[in-house]
Order: sequence, then structure tokens, then C-alpha cells
Amino acid sequence: MKISRIIVAPHELIHACRTVIANHGRFITMVASDECGREIDRFVVRYIFAHDGKSMLNVVESVLTESNCSYPTLSSMIPAASWAEREAHDLFGIFPEGHPDLRPLVLHDDWPEGVYPLRKDYALREKQERDSFSSWSYPKVEGEGVFEVPVGPIHAGVIEPGHFRFQVMGDSVLHLEAKLFYTHRGIEKRSEGMSVVKGLYLAERICGVCSVSHALSYVQAIEQISETRVPERAIFLRVLFAELERLYNHVGDIGNMCAGIGYAYAVNHGAHLKEQLMQLNDFIVGHRFLRGSIALGGVTEDITEEKLRYIETTLERVKKEFNEIVEQILSHDIVVNRFSNTGILSERIARELSTVGPTARASNYDIDVRRDLPYAAYDQLVFEVPTFMEGDVMARFKQRFLEARQSFQIIEQVINRTPKGDIRVPIGDLIPYSFGIGMTESPRGENVHFVMVGENNTIYRYRVRSAPYANWPAVPICVPGNIIPDFPLINKSFELCYACCDR
Amino acid sequence: MTEIEEKLSSRIKQCFARSLHIRHVDSGSCNGCDFEITALMNPVYDIQRFGIDFVASPRHADMLLVTGGVTRNLEAALRKTYEATAHPKMLVAIGGCACGGGMFGDTYAHLGGVDKILPVSVYVPGCPPRPQAILEGILHAIERAHELESSRKGNGAYAARTSNV
Ligand code: SF4
Repeated sequence: MKISRIIVAPHELIHACRTVIANHGRFITMVASDECGREIDRFVVRYIFAHDGKSMLNVVESVLTESNCSYPTLSSMIPAASWAEREAHDLFGIFPEGHPDLRPLVLHDDWPEGVYPLRKDYALREKQERDSFSSWSYPKVEGEGVFEVPVGPIHAGVIEPGHFRFQVMGDSVLHLEAKLFYTHRGIEKRSEGMSVVKGLYLAERICGVCSVSHALSYVQAIEQISETRVPERAIFLRVLFAELERLYNHVGDIGNMCAGIGYAYAVNHGAHLKEQLMQLNDFIVGHRFLRGSIALGGVTEDITEEKLRYIETTLERVKKEFNEIVEQILSHDIVVNRFSNTGILSERIARELSTVGPTARASNYDIDVRRDLPYAAYDQLVFEVPTFMEGDVMARFKQRFLEARQSFQIIEQVINRTPKGDIRVPIGDLIPYSFGIGMTESPRGENVHFVMVGENNTIYRYRVRSAPYANWPAVPICVPGNIIPDFPLINKSFELCYACCDR
Repeated sequence: MTEIEEKLSSRIKQCFARSLHIRHVDSGSCNGCDFEITALMNPVYDIQRFGIDFVASPRHADMLLVTGGVTRNLEAALRKTYEATAHPKMLVAIGGCACGGGMFGDTYAHLGGVDKILPVSVYVPGCPPRPQAILEGILHAIERAHELESSRKGNGAYAARTSNV
């Protein structure tokens, strides 16, 4: 992938980004960093845009001095930039002038004002007292018969933490506010100064269920900096692992969505199929979530011919059962009734918020990193990218089904076409303070990793824009107009991970 | 049934009148450990056949399974859940993060292992531990609670209830 950089003064940011968008640049994220260590005064903001189909990224960057660390916000032009700018405000104390909503995002309200943990002069382990005077502010709906329903952060099931405030009238939701970032662990700060080799283990642990995708994004960023050419066999095996990851997620999610309507039969069938896929993962690489399969410069483990055949027969069986169960689910009246027209995400909002993955595609926003900015061996494989127009729960359900079917086909091709050869090469030199951007399509959508290396093969700045980070802002928009009991269903249909959003 | 499963099943009968209620708390996990707990409920491991159920409220729970090291943003929620849990408040730390902070360790936003703020009965390492290991961890926690209780009460009520079954 080619990266072309455009360096401008802060007041020219808006103009520069507008030009890139006019040339069909798709906004991906903004990365802020404190680069005082390399004698830059002091902060740098980088707006990243992709040129789909051209394997090219544009990075519009600008330096903000310590004495005047504000810049004009881009959120009014690019709504998707809103969170990234808010986050940079929280963590670095740089100020996007004119931003409509600068409430704390990543650090919650009890974090003291004026303390910025991602600045280089803030020690990793330094803790802060809680500021008990500030409280979370959010818009409320007022009027007769309007009630507020708070839910979370700890939920009733075995799920991740997040807090939701519903403003309701009867059963109907009028407004939803989501407060996230409960699982914010400070991973980006943690990585700074870490060797790039160790960084891979951290990348795999950003999210349990998109481990391969995160690991792959990370190693691709490092390989881009070091101009490493990964062997052919390795890039095919990378596709194999990435698609096995997509499969166990999509198959599990298909069952899990039925949990949103209490359809236990389908839930258990989905869980059973998913378990078979996870046991398959365990058999081929020794880890149920495929951790430890991706290496810098290739993959860690070769997959023998015998294992490839075993994958083939297992998937043959799973595919058959999967098709049957989906057919049964979709022929159920209650499923059709509850799934259709529920939680609609319109195409316009899907585009404006730069949503990604199955969420975007089910709303007719046709993007997929595997096809548009190909990596690993995807450009040598034949597959389709399904899309739907409706944008409702049903569309997201069918989207996963069709994508899983494509994954079966991709794996089939990999099994029959993987060339012989090395599975790993040493990575080349890493020139200090150069950066790379790795992008992969996880089961939830595009995962983007920005890595800037420092001296002695260490990480200087690491920023992860996961797929859920891009998609979460869309969820609260889809809920008003639906009834509260449909929220778990809508939420499950997006199937967003909290951990890789919060980092 | 494996040896562990048999023991678990009989211990639950003895010590918890046939049913053990568990509440799961994610205190900052990567979701991996959570998924393995969910896997325990699938038709392959089917944890419910031993009389184990996951409950919505900590007030109904005999045991807490905690996944993830404790983040600053979840510390209060974890403490409240623990306070609300019924005695004997068995807390099982699931996974490397809950056991000792894992890869993330000590940061401005992450305190590290659960035992930094609450007493842990059993540590189940792994990243994530396999479902079988979690099951074994639950068994150890029951046995520990049982031992503590019997030694405290001597031949009292607890032991009598045990012999009835
Ligand atoms: S122990 Fe591993 S799987 Fe479990 S929460 Fe920590 S990083 Fe995730």
C-alpha cells in the first residue's frame, strides 16, 4: 500500500481534507501524537483517508505547537471524525475548535481536568485521584409520561460492560445515550517503548474474538515500515486464519442474534457449530481463538497437508448444518416478524459515520478492505462481497450468512492453491520515527492500526481504530422508534465488541 | 463424564443443595475469557447439567467469575457487585488478566489483577483458559469454601446438610 503525505498548517487542515474527499478519499480516522521526543514542538494530528481500489492512503498532517495546541475541528464536515477528536482532547489535551460535543469520552467524568495521560511526560503507571464533583451529562427528554431507564455497565448476561440510558414513553424509545470505554486499559500508552516483537502479543489481546485481524493489521504496519516481502505460502495461510476467524464469529453471531428474541433452539445450534469451529482452530494452531498464529514476516506455524484435508472435511460438515439451520431460522414467522424493519440504519447515516464491515454492507454501503485495499493473498482469490439495501436486523443477519458462505469458498481455494515454500522471513530494518498503517477486514469490519516506531525497534506511538469504534456511534441512532425489548436484538445484530473499541 | 465433572456434580449436590448460582463480571477483559465462559453453556460443555446457572443479579449468586484485570472505569462497578453477592462470596479470577494484570499490567487506566482490590479464592490462568479449566476452577472454589465452612462450624449445620444428601 502506498502512503502519500500532505503536510499543512493547522488552519489549512479543513481545506486540505476537503480536497482529498473531493478526490474520493474515504475518511478512516484521525491519529494524534505527542512527538516532543523527536524534537518536534509538539503534537501532530494525522487525518487518514483511503482511496479504495487504488491501494493508496492519504495522510493529511499538521503540527500543533505546545503554546497553541488547538486546530479547527473537522467534525462538521466529517461527522465520523467526532470521536477521534474527542479522544485526542481527552488523552492529549489538544483542542478541536468548534467541536459540538467535547464531553469526556475515553476517560470518564471522574478523571481530573487538565491531566493528559498520553502525553510523553505522563508516566505510564501514574494514577489519578477521582474527581467526585463532576458527573456525566447527557441530553434528556422531558414531558409527561417520559421515563428514563438506566442499564449497565454490568449486564444481566455474560456480556461486556457498557452503560445505556434510554428515554422512553411507554415501551417506545425516544432517545438513547451510550456511555462506553469501561474496558479502557490504556493499551496504546502501554505499548510505547515496547519492542515491536512484544507489541504483537499486545495487538492480539486488544480483542479476544478478532485476534487474527488485529495481529495482521499490526504486522502489516510493521512490514510496511520495514519493506518486508512476506513469502507466498505465508500470505495464503494468513488468509486461512483470517477466514477461519470470520467463520467462527459469523456462525456464532447468527445463533446469538436469535438469543435477542429468546429462540433457544437456534441459539444452541449456533453455539454448537461455533464450538466445532473453535475446536478446529485448536486442532490446527493450538489455540481456540487462533492466537499466536500470525508472526512478523509471516506465520508461526505451517499447516500440513493432512491438516488442510482435515479442515476441508470439518468445514464440509459444518457448512451443511449451517445452511440447514439458517433455512430453519428464516422460515420461522416470529423471526421474520421481529427481525424485519427493526433497528434500521439508513445508507446515508452509514456513509456519514464511515461505518464499516457487515454493518455498512447491510445498509448498502459497499466497502470491504479485502477487495478495496487488498492485503495478504486476497487479490489472488475469487470471492464476492454481498450487500443489502434494508439496513435492518434481518439484513444484518442475512449479511453474515452470505459472508460466511463466501468464507467457506475462500478457504476451499486456499486449501487447494497454497503454494509450497517458506512461511516466514526476518523483517527488515525499522527506521526510527517512520510510520506504517495496517488495515484488515475483521468479522466486524475494517481494523486500522497506525504504528510509529522509535529507536531500537520499539514502538513510539500506536493507535488502533477498530471496526467497533467506527460502528458504535451508529447504534444509538438506530434505536429510537423501536421498543426497549428490541434493544438487545438490535445490539446483537451489530455485534460490536466493547474491548477493541475501548482499548 | 470426566473425573472433574463427576466431582463437581457431587460437590454441588453436597454443598449447595443441587444448584450453584454464578454471576459473571467483566472488569476489563478482552472478551476472550468471556467467550469461553459462554462456551461453558453450549451443548458441548452444557454446564447446566451440573446444577450450575448464570444469574442476572449478584444477590442471587453464590460465586463470582471475574474476567479481565480491573480498569479504572470498572473498579466501582466491580466493588458494588462484590458487595451485593451473597455469602460465601467465592470469587474466581478467570484468565491471566484477572489473575495478575496480564499483558496490560499496571497503567493509568488499569489496576492489574483482581486481588489488588478484592479477595480471590481461586486463580484460573490461561489466555483465555479453556472451558475445562474454568470448570475445574469452579470445582476448586467450591471445595475451598466447603473446607473453610466445615472447619469453622466443626460438626455443625453445614456438615449435617452434607451427610443428608
Ligand atoms: S486473559 Fe487473555 S483472553 Fe482473558 S481477558 Fe486477558 S487477554 Fe483476554
